[in-house]
Amino acid sequence: MMNSNLNLLIGLAMGLNLLSLGTSRLPALIRAMSAQGVILGVMPIIMEHHLTWQVVLIAVATIAGKGLVIPSLLRRAMRTAQIDRELDPLIGFVPSLLLGAGGAIAALALAHLLPVLPEHAGTLLVPGALATVLTGFILLIGRTKAISQVCGYLILENGIYLFGLLLIKPMPLLVEAGVLLDLTVGVFIIGIIVDRIQRAFDSLDTRKLTALRE
Amino acid sequence: MIAIVEILLRLACWLLLAPLLPGIINKVKAWVAGRRGPPVLQLYYDLARLWRKGVVLSTLVSPAFVILPAVGWVAVLAAAMLVPLGPAGASLSFRGDVLLMLYLLALGRFCTAWAAMETGSAFEGMGSVREVSYAVLAEAAMVAAVLALSVHTGSVTLVTMLAPAAGAGALLMSAGLFIVLLAENCRVPFDDPNTHLELTMIHEAMVLDHSGPPLAAILHGAAMKLLWFAVLLTQAVVPLGQLGPLAATGLLALSVLAVTVGVGVVESLLARFAFRRVPLLLTTAFLLCVFALLVAWKGGVS
Repeated sequence: MMNSNLNLLIGLAMGLNLLSLGTSRLPALIRAMSAQGVILGVMPIIMEHHLTWQVVLIAVATIAGKGLVIPSLLRRAMRTAQIDRELDPLIGFVPSLLLGAGGAIAALALAHLLPVLPEHAGTLLVPGALATVLTGFILLIGRTKAISQVCGYLILENGIYLFGLLLIKPMPLLVEAGVLLDLTVGVFIIGIIVDRIQRAFDSLDTRKLTALRE
Repeated sequence: MIAIVEILLRLACWLLLAPLLPGIINKVKAWVAGRRGPPVLQLYYDLARLWRKGVVLSTLVSPAFVILPAVGWVAVLAAAMLVPLGPAGASLSFRGDVLLMLYLLALGRFCTAWAAMETGSAFEGMGSVREVSYAVLAEAAMVAAVLALSVHTGSVTLVTMLAPAAGAGALLMSAGLFIVLLAENCRVPFDDPNTHLELTMIHEAMVLDHSGPPLAAILHGAAMKLLWFAVLLTQAVVPLGQLGPLAATGLLALSVLAVTVGVGVVESLLARFAFRRVPLLLTTAFLLCVFALLVAWKGGVS
């Protein structure tokens, strides 16, 4: 029962991966990313049989951080820097969607080759994590706007978080807490940098950042 | 004797009910927009009117221009006869009939496209190209959906494939098949059946130069294709096999009605997509069906 609920959530997260690859609008990408963050935040509550205050705290922190704080920071950066909501992709939407789906299918097909603890054997944690990490990579490589690259980075982190859930018994979310803190600070800094880039270059196209000038 | 009566009943059912669907869609669209709209039976009147009219032929066309719409109509009707209708089963069922059904549908499309190109008009060539290039992408999704059903039930006969629902992947498959339905029948996000601007229309561009009975055959064939897709979508997703005959028939009719109303609502709320965004949507449909296939496959193993 627990596993089927967990698998449903991971399936939803994988669907959101594909949504974030297929969408051509920045707000939709941010929405998909924050929805994925909320889904991931709910998972530890489902996985733990005995709810300790630490688990609840981490879940609440994850949901608040990934679902509310980071997206609102990104939206604010978008608004203040007046970023166009169209994403212009380096890898087209259809190829990136096919890549992401191919990666998800490969992860599902190959995950059983990896040695996993018996209690995690029936779950989709490993394929879900692999697919999410891959989605993050595709977004990082294939989109040119700084904000969409931040989204790619956050989805990549979601994948690492899914891997981290495998270790929830021996190391209760210690790693995740640290990563989450880093990430919030990172997004905060990127929000500032985005503003600076916008003022210096009148654009957030990262392709323009390759040339140095006085 | 009973078999013949049953086949006749089935034929009458497909032939008479099909023109109702476009009428319902138009009524829903009118209702959402706050208009009164054309009567639900409008297509019947149109077909009767077209049937009485003569045929205008260009000097360029070969006899195929008149024959092909008829062939296409018969192909769609034959594909429809292969689909089992809930508890009644199929009138003709054999191993691999699902492949024949898909090919009959493709034959119907081929006939329409060829007949369109008979006139030598550039617009109709353009319409055919668009129709066929959408069909290439939609067919991939359709094949994935058929594979998913076939893996789920371990059979390639339509009657056994459609009796249980598509299992856990039913939701994915229904979304995928609904997109395919919209694309194959040239409904709104892909094509606007009301537009008559040559540069943007797809299906309508192909039938511009047809008139009289051949046009009636094409219109009726299109309506039958819509009904065919609605029935197939319903049976793939709703587990009709577990219900009694009466309840199953009622549920089938209700679900087909729901699909039709759904098409109307989509049509009222969405604008058609730019051409460059269509492959993305059809790829999404393909992926939805592929994931339904994956669920069917993995669900069977573990």
